[in-house]
Amino acid sequence: MMNKILAKSYLWFLLALLYSPILIIMIFSFTEAKVLGNWTGFSFKLYSSLFSGGMHHSLMSAIVNTFVIALIAATVSTALGSIAAIGIFNMKSRGRAVMNFTNNIPIMNPDIITGVSLFLLFVSFGVSQGFTTVVLAHIAFCTPYVVLSVMPRLKKMNPNIYEAALDLGATPFQALRKVILPEILPGMISGFILAFTLSIDDFAVTIFTIGNEGLETLSTYIYADARKGGLTPELRPLSTIIFVTVLVLLIVINRRAEKQKKE
Amino acid sequence: MNMQQNNYIIEVQNVSKYFGEKVALDNINLKVKKGEFVTILGPSGCGKTTLLRLIAGFQTASEGEIRIAGQEITQTPPHQRPVNTVFQKYALFPHLNVYDNIAFGLKLKKLPAPIIEKKVKGALKMVGMTDYEYRDVDSLSGGQQQRVAIARAIVNNPEVLLLDEPLAALDLKMRKDMQMELKELHKSLGVTFVYVTHDQEEALTLSDTIVVMSEGKIQQIGTPMDIYNEPINSFVADFIGESNILNAVMIKDKLVHFAGHEFECVDEGFGDNSPVDIVIRPEDIYIFDPSDAAQLTGTVTSCIFKGVHYEMLVQTKEGYELMVQDYHCFEAGREVGLLVKPFDIHVMKKERTCNTFEGRMVDEKHVEFLGCEFECLPMTDIELGANVQVEVDFDKVILQDNEEDGMLTGDVNFILYKGNHYHLTVRSDWDEDVFVDTNDVWDDGDRVGITIAPEHIRLNKL
Repeated sequence: MMNKILAKSYLWFLLALLYSPILIIMIFSFTEAKVLGNWTGFSFKLYSSLFSGGMHHSLMSAIVNTFVIALIAATVSTALGSIAAIGIFNMKSRGRAVMNFTNNIPIMNPDIITGVSLFLLFVSFGVSQGFTTVVLAHIAFCTPYVVLSVMPRLKKMNPNIYEAALDLGATPFQALRKVILPEILPGMISGFILAFTLSIDDFAVTIFTIGNEGLETLSTYIYADARKGGLTPELRPLSTIIFVTVLVLLIVINRRAEKQKKE
Repeated sequence: MNMQQNNYIIEVQNVSKYFGEKVALDNINLKVKKGEFVTILGPSGCGKTTLLRLIAGFQTASEGEIRIAGQEITQTPPHQRPVNTVFQKYALFPHLNVYDNIAFGLKLKKLPAPIIEKKVKGALKMVGMTDYEYRDVDSLSGGQQQRVAIARAIVNNPEVLLLDEPLAALDLKMRKDMQMELKELHKSLGVTFVYVTHDQEEALTLSDTIVVMSEGKIQQIGTPMDIYNEPINSFVADFIGESNILNAVMIKDKLVHFAGHEFECVDEGFGDNSPVDIVIRPEDIYIFDPSDAAQLTGTVTSCIFKGVHYEMLVQTKEGYELMVQDYHCFEAGREVGLLVKPFDIHVMKKERTCNTFEGRMVDEKHVEFLGCEFECLPMTDIELGANVQVEVDFDKVILQDNEEDGMLTGDVNFILYKGNHYHLTVRSDWDEDVFVDTNDVWDDGDRVGITIAPEHIRLNKL
């Protein structure tokens, strides 16, 4: 009994430690005080000024940039990753092992290394940095995750169904579209969501590829803002919104994974 | 000429298939008549599924030619071939319901919807699955899924229906029912069926023609009766049904010597005093209390009730063990007499009477064959480095439990019981077959060491 209570309280202590920073931000997003830590009464003012305030034009554009980049990167990497997964899956066992390993390297690679190496790549090819390079960089680090989430669906698939489609008169492309695609769609959706969230919260890769043309994403905006001295109060409600959005997406991914396991 | 060609719906000519070094199919020749029910039968790994996949187009032949309905289709992709396949694990599309699964091929052909509906309903009726149109395929039982898979194939009116062990995943009762239904279906459709199975009983029940395969080669093609009653070699005899296979000597036409006695038989043309194999089916041996009518006498060593009949093992006085099936029970320990009628003794040509290898003299006391160097009796009349033919009798090859004790190693690949000894095929690590007669019991797949004593290696100049 005592052990149980100890184990439980340890767990709760850990969770509190992990989540207290974000909880503090969330709590203080509902007050007007300029300085974090001052409670001046409950208010939605920060939320309304976040969405209406003309003064934060640059913040709004950073938000828009972030989501546009995430959407493009997630879409492209889902397409690339799914095709790659099908290709890798159909390789001979040795080639497949090599490709799986190669696919895992960028995942384990620290973001900062990915960022620096992409930066050097763009510089050495003389590509001027900006929106395009950020999108390309995000596609590059999101694609391996899509491969990882599509692969289990392919492994679970009855290997004969592709042949069955060919046998019934489908061309290889039709078979891919009408049989393989519906089978791996759940994996593709999970991969898309994962890529989307990864892209939104990325800082290390973005900062190295964003250039100095004035383009800002949320993460770089917040970083610059914090360096200027003190966080803009509106970042508190913004962080809250992003956190909740990501939380919901993660819950959706996990639910899907659980459902797949049950099947 | 042309007319004759049209009689055959499938023609497989000199087809071989290699996977890297491995030979999956070795010069296959097969002709299938229109409307025939052909079964390709063989143990797992014999190449039967590969042959079917070549006909379906999922793989292409390394050599040779395949024709369907007179059309050369060796390199044609599967979606352009007039065949449809029923897969072992059904391979239904899980995201489509029963109706859409069956309509898949018709929709690709862009047939008008009312015609598709009519055809799908017709196919469902044919397999006894009316009212299941809108069911999810995952909610169906194995037998029902297989019916849908069959309906999905036949709805396209293929020239040939290919079935890859379609009943293997079903339980026994279901399998028997489905066998009958398949046979009915074949009759009512009139479509050529090519059916792959490892189940010899299924093959005998269903087929017009059976093709027995082993090790990538066709062993025998014939009607079920032919295959059962006139097996061409000991592999076929052993694979199809229960059988007693014994070494024998053809003394002269219609007289054969085995198990220590001479027997009248009906076969001729093997040559006087030539070694042969004989097959006697267990149900063809008469068993009774000892009397003057007995050709062989012996003691029952085991008696098992098999439902319709009893299966008994009889040890004859001469030391041969025979399997006998009879409606009457003779308990273990009982003295019995046995009799075989001439017509029931089937004589087969021996494929080989001793091991023959290609070898090379290393020095006058050593010869190299099977990838190893063997000591042999001193040879003076053969020059060094010359190629020689090496002969070793089956019973002079010694198998060792401990593989390090052997000069070379291999795996036991095929075991044939010959009444008083076992005839084993051992596949050496360099993929050469060594045939061994032994009294020891080995299991399929056992790893063994092989030794041959110098005095048992016979060398012939080439």
